Formats: sequence, C-alpha cells, structure tokens
Amino acid sequence: MKKSLAVALLLAGAFGAVASAQADPRARFMAANCAYCHGPDGKSRGAIPSLVGLEEKYFIDQMKAFKDGSRPATVMQKHASGYTEAEYVVLAKYFASIK
Amino acid sequence: MAIDRREFLKVTAGAAGAVTVSGLAGCASAPAVAKAAPKVVVVGAGFGGATFSRYLKLWYPQAEVTVIEPNAVFTSCPFSNTVLAGINKMEDITMPYDNIKNVVNNFVADYVSSIDSAKQTVTTKGGKTFAYDKLVLAGGVELLFDKVQGYDAEARKTIKHAWKASPDQTGALRQQLEAMPDGGTFVMSVPMAPYRCPPGPYERACMVGQYFKKAKPKSKIIILDGNPDIASKKPLFLAAWKKHYDGMIEWRGNNQPRAVDAAKMTVSTEFDDVKADVINLVPPMRAADICGMAGVRVGLDGKEGSWCAIDYRTFESTTVKNVHILGDSTLTNFPKSGSVANNTGKICAYALSEMFNGRAVDPAPVVTNTCYSASSESTAFHVATVFRWNEEKKSMLPEKGANGISKEESELEFAYMESWAKNVWADTLGLPEGYKFTAKG
Repeated sequence: MKKSLAVALLLAGAFGAVASAQADPRARFMAANCAYCHGPDGKSRGAIPSLVGLEEKYFIDQMKAFKDGSRPATVMQKHASGYTEAEYVVLAKYFASIK
Repeated sequence: MAIDRREFLKVTAGAAGAVTVSGLAGCASAPAVAKAAPKVVVVGAGFGGATFSRYLKLWYPQAEVTVIEPNAVFTSCPFSNTVLAGINKMEDITMPYDNIKNVVNNFVADYVSSIDSAKQTVTTKGGKTFAYDKLVLAGGVELLFDKVQGYDAEARKTIKHAWKASPDQTGALRQQLEAMPDGGTFVMSVPMAPYRCPPGPYERACMVGQYFKKAKPKSKIIILDGNPDIASKKPLFLAAWKKHYDGMIEWRGNNQPRAVDAAKMTVSTEFDDVKADVINLVPPMRAADICGMAGVRVGLDGKEGSWCAIDYRTFESTTVKNVHILGDSTLTNFPKSGSVANNTGKICAYALSEMFNGRAVDPAPVVTNTCYSASSESTAFHVATVFRWNEEKKSMLPEKGANGISKEESELEFAYMESWAKNVWADTLGLPEGYKFTAKG
C-alpha cells in the first residue's frame, strides 16, 4: 500500500503534465478517435505517421496547414476541417504529453 | 425491405436539413448510474464491442465488464476482400482475443439466447444468466436469407455471402473462385442501402477482378445491385473498373436478387435469370438478432424497424433504458464501417465513464470515419468524414470541408490502407507493440 502510494506520487511528480492532459476526459476521448488510423496511443504500426510525443507547436501548425491546404494530404484535410483551433491545441497537448 | 428504405430516407432527410432524432430529450439523463462497480455486459467483440470493452476498462477500471462472444478468434471483415484477390490468406486477417480477455473481468465464449431488459439480465445458450446495470449490444448485422427465395440452409452450403468473414464464407468463396474455369461468370449482389460496408461490394468486384486478370482473364463479373446507383465512391470505382478491369465488370442497377437456384446456378431478379459459375449473394440485412431480443430494433418513429435508433451522445437506445447499441446495428447518419464501429465504442465508453463518475455526458461528441477501398493489388482510395452534433438540425452532420473522397486512386493510399488495418486491429483488440502482423498490401 505504502509502496504503491510512493510510486504513484513519484509518477505524479515526474509526469505532472502527463497526468493533467490525460485526465481531461474530452481530450482523452478526442485523441482516442485518432487511434484507428494512427495506432493506439498514437503509436502507428505502419506507414501512417505516429502522433505520440509530437511537439505541441508542430502538431498545431500541421493541422492548420492541412486545413488550409498548404500541406498536401490524402485524408487529413477533411479531418483537420472537422475540429476547431482550440481543439487542435487540446489534441496537441495530449499527444505531446504521452510517451 | 420497404421498411429499410423508409428508415434510410428518414435518416438521410435529416442530413439534408429536416429535424430528426426523437429520443434526445429522454435518455441520457446523467448521472444514471453511480455505483462503485457497475456491471456492464457487452455482447459481441467486433470492432464496436472489443473497442468499447478495452476503452471502458482504461477510462473506468472499476467497471465489472463481462464480454459474451461466441467466436474463439477475431476475423476482420475489412481487408477480407484481399483474401478473394489472393493477396492475403484467412490467417492474415484473423487475430487473437487474448488482450481483450486480459483486460475485462469475464470473457464468456457463448451465444446469447435471451435478454430481459426489464429485469436487466442476459442469458446464454449455455444457460448462464448475467445481471447488468448497462448492456452494450455490438452484434453487427443479421442476414435475412428468407428475403431471397431459395436461399435456404441447403443452398447456403454452396452459395456464400462472405459478408461476415470466416473460413466457411470468405475462405470458401476464394476456393470457389480458384475452382472456376477461365471464361466463367462470377455473379455477386449488393443489397439495398443501408447495409454493412457501403463500398465493400464494389471493392470486392475490384479484388475478384484483380484475381481474374492474372489467373483467368476471359472471366466476367456481373454485379446485381439493389440500389439505383453505385452506393459509395462512385467516380473512383468507375474509373478503377475502366482502368484495371475494362470489359470484365458489368454493373446492373435496380437489380435486387429475388430468388436463387443453387442446383441450376441462377440468380433471379425481376428482370431476368442470370446464370453463373460462382454466386456470391449478399442478402438484405438488419440489426443483429440480440437487438431484437432486447426490443431495441426501433426506428426514429418509435415503432419496430430494422435498425436501432440511439441517442448520439451515449448510444443508448431511444426507447429501452440502459441498453446501448454500437456500430452496424444502429440507425444513424454514419456509414456502417469498421472505423465508425470502433469510434462508437469509444463514445459509449466515454459517456459511461462520465456517468459512472457522476458527471454529465459530453453534449456534442465528435465522430469520425475513414474508410479505404483497394482498387487493385497496389492502389486504393478513401472516404473521410468528421461528424459533429448540429443543435439547430438536431443531428450529427459532416462539418464544412470535413467530408469527401480521394481525387484519384494512389499507391500511397494503398500503403495507408494497410497501415489503417493494422492500427485499427491493434486499437480494437489491444494488440501489444511488436505484435507480428502477417497481412500485406
């Protein structure tokens, strides 16, 4: 019991940002929607790029570029058009926070 | 059949602007359940049920989850057309349930024989009864063989639908194609929409065409389509048929099969009798039999129908409390695809975890679909859509710019299709990193 509490506190300390981003149920759910193409926890098993650990600003910039067409895409222009810029930020924080 | 069409029209009318979805006010009055260890029974471990089970245990580990699934292994319908092409074998699209069994509390290998939605219990053929606080029905579709005259148990020994992938269906159909002489005729059918996997039949024509082109180039493919038009990705399929299989594929619209004669090898429409060497007959379908047992095959008008009207926020039945329905069984604006089934599993897991935590459910969850079709052994294309809740129209509708198909087929999308398959299988079944996939594109 004591040991697991200590481990939990240690993890909470080390991954404080992780805990807060992952604790937001809506962020967690929206990010999970990406998994059927990009792999569970954003870790792809094939040619589709992984999202895990992407730098926050990079993620947001790519979503904007997909939406306005400045980055050529197959499916991503449609997906980027389905989310708000505020949601890009939420998703970016989530994927930046996981390993 | 007529009922299917009416329900379909109502749903699409909603997409075009009329007010739909009757049940929103009634059902998702959170927090409905607030107990320490709510009992959740999931029937069916396909793309919807397995995803739901895995994510509910991630997001609300205290839930006591029982999964009832008769199949010993998961066999993927998406990608099964590549088996018909000879690109993959059945074992390449078959995966274990080990990682679902490891995360849920109870995995029961059995069929469900009855559901009492008043007492909130589910009974299996083996005679076990499970009580539930929440029941999740993820049984896919029931095939209505009696809608096609002559499609009886005897005929089904030789005539395959291959619309639920298994060695006895997809595997057997592949063997029939292998045994067919060069110059033979392959007759396949498309049921009237809505049906599981809208582009699937047209992709199937491509994949069988791919095999014929190499192995028996004098052969023909006749598509008897119950729909007045190609139901999905039309310009892309027409271009692919012309480019890769010119003169091989004949598409006949408004040609719903009415009867089949397994001895004479003919399929009859209201126009004529079509002679075949191999018949692949996909009958009309409705929500799985378990939905009938629970009394949730209910249309938007609240009357008995073919599919299950649900509250988009929770996927709870609009008429029977504490019964949630996922994936292909539902009556929605979404295509009946593996991606959507996976996604509906997550919405339901998200909604239930919020309710179990005593919080209000998300009033406007997002739903996405991404669906690839192979057009040849090296090319594919997609349809992709993001649906959001539209308060004004009271429906889930595609966002502006967030719906469309590929401009043209490409080899890049073939690689993405293969990657999609591996990722959706991994996500649905919780396959560990390093799991060795054998399917190839």
